[in-house]
Amino acid sequence: MAKLNLNRVEMPRQDPRKRGKNFNEVALGYSPEQAQEEAGRCIQCKKRNCVAGCPVEVDIPDFIQAIRDGDMPEAVRILKSKNALPGICGRVCPQESQCEETCTLAKKEAPIAIGRLERFVADWERGNVPQAASSPPARPRPSGKKVAVVGSGPAGLTAAADLARLGHGVTIFEALHVAGGVLMYGIPEFRLPKEIVQAEVEFVASLGARIELDSVVGKLATLDEILANGYDAVFLGTGAGLPMFLNINGENLNGIYSANEFLTRVNLMKAYKFPEYDTPVKVGKKVAVVGGGNVAMDSARCALRLGADDVYIIYRRSEVELPARREEVENAQEEGIQFKLLTNPKQFLGNEQNWVVGAECYEMELGEPDDSGRRRPVVKKGSEFVIDVDEVIVALGTRPNPLIASTTVGLETTKYGTVVADEETGKTVKDKVWAGGDIVTGSTTVISAMGAGKRAAASIDEYLRG
Amino acid sequence: MYKILEREDLVPGIHLFKMAAPAVAAKAQAGQFVVVRIDERGERIPLTIADWDKDEGTVTIVFMEVGATTARLALLEKGDAIADFVGPLGVPAEIDNYGTVVCVAGGVGAAPVAPVARALKDAGNKIITILGARSQDLLFWEDVLKGVSDRLIVTTDDGSYGRKGVVTGPLKELLESGDKIDRVVAIGPVVMMKFCSLTTAPFGVKTIVSLNPIMVDGTGMCGCCRVSVDGETKFACVDGPDFDGHKVDWELLAARQRIYIDEEKCAYEEWRKSHAA
Ligand SMILES: Cc1cc2nc3c(=O)[nH]c(=O)nc-3n(C[C@H](O)[C@H](O)[C@H](O)COP(=O)(O)OP(=O)(O)OC[C@H]3O[C@@H](n4cnc5c(N)ncnc54)[C@H](O)[C@@H]3O)c2cc1C
Ligand SMILES: Cc1cc2nc3c(=O)[nH]c(=O)nc-3n(C[C@H](O)[C@H](O)[C@H](O)COP(=O)(O)OP(=O)(O)OC[C@H]3O[C@@H](n4cnc5c(N)ncnc54)[C@H](O)[C@@H]3O)c2cc1C
Ligand code: SF4
Ligand code: SF4
Ligand code: FES
Repeated sequence: MAKLNLNRVEMPRQDPRKRGKNFNEVALGYSPEQAQEEAGRCIQCKKRNCVAGCPVEVDIPDFIQAIRDGDMPEAVRILKSKNALPGICGRVCPQESQCEETCTLAKKEAPIAIGRLERFVADWERGNVPQAASSPPARPRPSGKKVAVVGSGPAGLTAAADLARLGHGVTIFEALHVAGGVLMYGIPEFRLPKEIVQAEVEFVASLGARIELDSVVGKLATLDEILANGYDAVFLGTGAGLPMFLNINGENLNGIYSANEFLTRVNLMKAYKFPEYDTPVKVGKKVAVVGGGNVAMDSARCALRLGADDVYIIYRRSEVELPARREEVENAQEEGIQFKLLTNPKQFLGNEQNWVVGAECYEMELGEPDDSGRRRPVVKKGSEFVIDVDEVIVALGTRPNPLIASTTVGLETTKYGTVVADEETGKTVKDKVWAGGDIVTGSTTVISAMGAGKRAAASIDEYLRG
Repeated sequence: MYKILEREDLVPGIHLFKMAAPAVAAKAQAGQFVVVRIDERGERIPLTIADWDKDEGTVTIVFMEVGATTARLALLEKGDAIADFVGPLGVPAEIDNYGTVVCVAGGVGAAPVAPVARALKDAGNKIITILGARSQDLLFWEDVLKGVSDRLIVTTDDGSYGRKGVVTGPLKELLESGDKIDRVVAIGPVVMMKFCSLTTAPFGVKTIVSLNPIMVDGTGMCGCCRVSVDGETKFACVDGPDFDGHKVDWELLAARQRIYIDEEKCAYEEWRKSHAA
């Protein structure tokens, strides 16, 4: 047997000093040579451990083999047969805890860089195959059934793609003016270029799914009206878009944003191009971001790029508990984001014009483990101190928007506002209604939302064929 | 795209568009609003549904030019189209037979008051409407409001038409007159709604105001529109826009409306420059 090659090929990235000042993509992608070299490391295991780690079961060894054979169209075909959004997943999947974690070579601490290769294949297709040629295989015979998909995030797009491929008539209803969900309004351009998201949305449309934008289900038509209007089934993929706040003094001061608002202004409305684009965003000099997840890292890194001098992450636990992807924490540190760990805001202080000028915080220490198994942060008495700030972004997490549940008869929800659905099939307790993605699980990952969309599509198909 | 079917310049700086939007028209109710975006570069701004026709499939909006977006909107003509027209958003106005309702409209507020007054009238209420403007040349929809009211009082700040003074004058007189007034609805600029609420408070007459904080999505997703009512934070786009005026934190609303003054000026200047060129 050939000797194992344990040298993972690094992916080039923009210089941290430069990239802190622009919104261009941070990671630059493999060159064809680098992709060949990395693909060459894969030992094509008989027992496909990597596939087991992917929530949508991409045939990883096969697409890697196609790269090695230099057959890029084949690599594209294999990838896209399981994953309609490879350009996105290759960029934002937490591979370290999914496919790359279970890769056989992970034991040697050199898993194949599956995400980077996936991204390479998707980017090759975008660069080399004209739109028309990349259009999918011939349309299947229409089933005569109609399915409504509510929400165009990764869950909805995946369900729509699979249902369209199976011949069902699919209409996606999206509340915002563009499709893509969090991929468009949340995750910033420098991590996931919007052009790529739109290319993949177009791919889903090219499969035959119709996309109705500006359609707030629950206001425009209710779920029950959609069903009464001739749809045979509905998939709910409306995500978890309701921002949570700390509920402490001063939180409504000017200059305090929810991460959703800040990121929506910057990403969806392109406020980083103000005044060329009409939507403004405040550019603070000293910005505090409260929270430690991907959303907090993205907010902090956007604030830096807009021109802040100091950006702090205020997080109540310690570094090991940061829920954000390791890679993004490192990127943030490299760019100069300052981490104020074991720190929690007590209240925000304002001036006479109602602008925030300070975040009064407690120092925290870690106590006994809580329900989540992580050690509970507890306040150190008398430890209050003030951080001078002129902007605060609250990135504590989100819950499902109650709009649909509150206007629909017979949907079951939990006390967190999530919709109850079968884990395997996505079926809700309501007749003809399936749900999946963040609306069911609360905020998780792009790929788990896609996995849920896929399982629901299979279950809907089974039901429709009855 | 959503087409402008009719355009009417009501008074200088205030315009009416009748839009083709059948789906929105089918669902619209008094007190609701839409979010519009002109084009790819445009901002999302909320505007109240001033009228609608389910059969025709149309929705009417009335807007005042106050900044870059409304100025850009004002340049569009009949036959032009805008990119987005999202609605109907917000909780519809509470409509019931209360008895006698005083509807107070300030400035551009004449438009959003009209459908609420009409719905209240249809529900059996006696409607007294007070319509106020800065001066006669800024007064519009006197006829529309007359049509949905049992009595109409017009005020102008400078006395160029109707009674001289602001709307709270006649409002206070009505409350003091001893006639039973069961409810007040006030829609207009923040100061006007605030002073209407202060006027009615000592009389204990329930006063509904329609709050207009800055919004982005209008669906409860961003929290930009947070207002404080009875000490609790609410999202005006989904919990409102109507609230009990006696419980609103007016200082907070006024302060939050000023968040982007610098940027608004900058955008308006940019627009003026590019428009002149
Ligand atoms: C800033 C940020 C960074 C993230 N980073 C990562 C990452 O690096 N890696 C990763 O894997 N995950 C990441 N996530 C999480 C991931 O984006 C989500 O888990 C995923 O997008 C959930 O997909 P979804 O389809 O369930 O919902 P969403 O993406 O939220 O899409 C829901 C869609 O439904 C629409 N909708 C809502 N209500 C209605 C209605 N009433 N009518 C019509 N349409 C409606 C919404 O407008 C939206 O477009 C991040 C999330 C955020 C916010
Ligand atoms: C529920 C609701 C209903 C409304 N109905 C009407 C209406 O029927 N007719 C009408 O003329 N106006 C209405 N407004 C106000 C209207 O939205 C603003 O005048 C408009 O957004 C100004 O945009 P601009 O770019 O022209 O001006 P800018 O220069 O951006 O702002 C001028 C003023 O408008 C306010 N404003 C700016 N952006 C927004 C925004 N995105 N959302 C809300 N306010 C903003 C600012 O506080 C500022 O005071 C309503 C507002 C709300 C919240
Ligand atoms: S979709 Fe995500 S988890 Fe699956 S192979 Fe691709 S990068 Fe890995
Ligand atoms: S487990 Fe790793 S090495 Fe094995 S086939 Fe999959 S990617 Fe290749
Ligand atoms: S406008 Fe975004 S939550 Fe109300």
